[in-house]
Amino acid sequence: MTTLTPVLTDNWDTERAWTLAAYEERGGYAALDKAFAMAPDDVIAAVKESGLRGRGGAGFPTGMKWGFIPQDNPRPKYLVVNADESEPGTCKDIPLMMASPHTLVEGVIVSSYAIRANTAFIYVRGEVLHVIRRLQRAVQEAYLAGHLGKNIHGSGYDLDLVVHAGAGAYICGEETALLEGLEGRRGQPRLRPPFPAVAGLYASPTVINNVESIASVPSIIVNGPEWFAGMGTEKSNGFGIFSLSGHVRTPGQYEAPLGITLRELIDMAGGMREGHELKFWTPGGSSTPLLTPEHLDVPLDFESVGAAGSMLGTRALQLFDETTCVVRAVLRWTEFYKHESCGKCTPCREGTWWLTQTMARLEKGEGTEADLDVLLDQCDNILGRAFCALGDGATSPITSSIQYFRDEYLAHLTHGGCPFDPAASTAFPSSMTTAAGATA
Amino acid sequence: MSLDDNTWGELREIAARYPEARSGLLPMLHLVQSVEGRVTPEGIEACAEILGISAAEVNGVATFYTMYKRKPVGDYHVGVCTNTLCAVMGGDLIFERLKDHLDVGNDETTEDGKITLEHIECNAACDYAPVMMVNWEFMDNQTPESAVQVVDDLREGREVHSTRGPRLCTWREAERVLAGFPDDRADEGPAAGPASLAGLKIAREKGWTAPEVDK
Repeated sequence: MTTLTPVLTDNWDTERAWTLAAYEERGGYAALDKAFAMAPDDVIAAVKESGLRGRGGAGFPTGMKWGFIPQDNPRPKYLVVNADESEPGTCKDIPLMMASPHTLVEGVIVSSYAIRANTAFIYVRGEVLHVIRRLQRAVQEAYLAGHLGKNIHGSGYDLDLVVHAGAGAYICGEETALLEGLEGRRGQPRLRPPFPAVAGLYASPTVINNVESIASVPSIIVNGPEWFAGMGTEKSNGFGIFSLSGHVRTPGQYEAPLGITLRELIDMAGGMREGHELKFWTPGGSSTPLLTPEHLDVPLDFESVGAAGSMLGTRALQLFDETTCVVRAVLRWTEFYKHESCGKCTPCREGTWWLTQTMARLEKGEGTEADLDVLLDQCDNILGRAFCALGDGATSPITSSIQYFRDEYLAHLTHGGCPFDPAASTAFPSSMTTAAGATA
Repeated sequence: MSLDDNTWGELREIAARYPEARSGLLPMLHLVQSVEGRVTPEGIEACAEILGISAAEVNGVATFYTMYKRKPVGDYHVGVCTNTLCAVMGGDLIFERLKDHLDVGNDETTEDGKITLEHIECNAACDYAPVMMVNWEFMDNQTPESAVQVVDDLREGREVHSTRGPRLCTWREAERVLAGFPDDRADEGPAAGPASLAGLKIAREKGWTAPEVDK
């Protein structure tokens, strides 16, 4: 049996956990002196050895990313934290920064030292006001305590950290679009190469990492890479925050070694809601193909979820029970991708509109069975042809739902519309939905 | 309304935070909204002049990001998540109920200028679905009834708190914080809401921890 392993979440229940005093009381900022006693390359080596892979969805090895920074390039180096958490279902970085912003700040300092950056940025989505307040306060406290600024802890190392609020754009979670936003431009992805490690922010060598990746670094430095690598599976080391949402009895954040299964997590969460059963789920947000109850025992690591036909993504486990119409669910995600398409490339800009039209017609029961082939053909023209992963992601829910629930699409045609009662899926009793209808 | 010297000074102060001034544009537009109640032509001109770029370039940025508004926003921006998970869990019904109760459509403001209603995309609080945001503060686990209560309280001037955050400020005050000028509310509210602590609570009960470190 896999058990939970609180590391990043471990201090979230302490009194005023967001303050420097509470964080230092528990040994916070101990990674700084340990890192400063090491050569920067040795810090990179330790992160490589830990096996930490990016926690923002793609799973690229963090230490290797840092190693790509050309240290002979005379331009300044930058660290940018991707705190634009917006992938539907993903809700781990926001509570982390709300409860313990200093974990992230400490990680930023150690990571910046490793790549030899003297300026770092936290690009946080603008729609989370209180999280931004807590980050601003944490950075201010860290400056006053000498953890940021000039000659940190007498090490001779200088670092400035800027908290930068975005303004509402899912695409800015894509790292090169994020850089455009941070440079004061429309958030549209850049052609790669050059990769950000070579020419990123202000055309300078830049590392962009997810919040959870950077927040994991202090624990690796303090406890050692072997400690981290001792958790998880062979190629997916360490722990991660698994976010359970939807029709489960106790939704929330569950920090566990990679490789835990959804069955284990649902058991811990008290099962699905009373009298209902799991119908479909996303392993890592809406851009990762849907899975079904037959995948309950798939180890939630990068390799196993990939082998099951999906992606681990951000471990955003959205759980839907049998009351949920999969066509309605997928249509809504498709509308999301259409809304968020940045417009730069034709397959995504035009394709997401076509997908939405075809999906909407099917959902209303107005299409024909041939529309399913049209949909798959449209997906085929987007997947792998879009400029960035947003277009690819838009196809995931559609192709996977047709794979597993083709009959449900057809039922909309024979039924002349959606055969489900949306009131049966809500978190509140249906009496409330009836009351709403009565006054409408 | 014209931007006063103080605002011009603060806009320049934002640009000066960055190695290259143009990086300040997003927070500068947040500041424009906090002063003007929306992104105004004058605010666009001011940003352009300070950054040495054209008004068209600023306009291109201002129209790309959904948090920037061209029409006046009410004192309270109420966003109901209608992305799939929240929609299924009740967000669609909450949004319908609020449209009816407030007699406005999507992205419209009540006649008294108090509430602007908008349906929003995933706001990273799915474990608290269905979620509503007021001035980008979390209002977790909403029902149609609770959502109506919140907007009624706001319209009648009663103090409302985020379910895991501070007292709600006005939209303009919120925009000022986003521009990088903090208010005094960081210490209000808990560290985490109940769902954020769900796994930790179980780990505590069962005595589960991360492995000890081999010394």
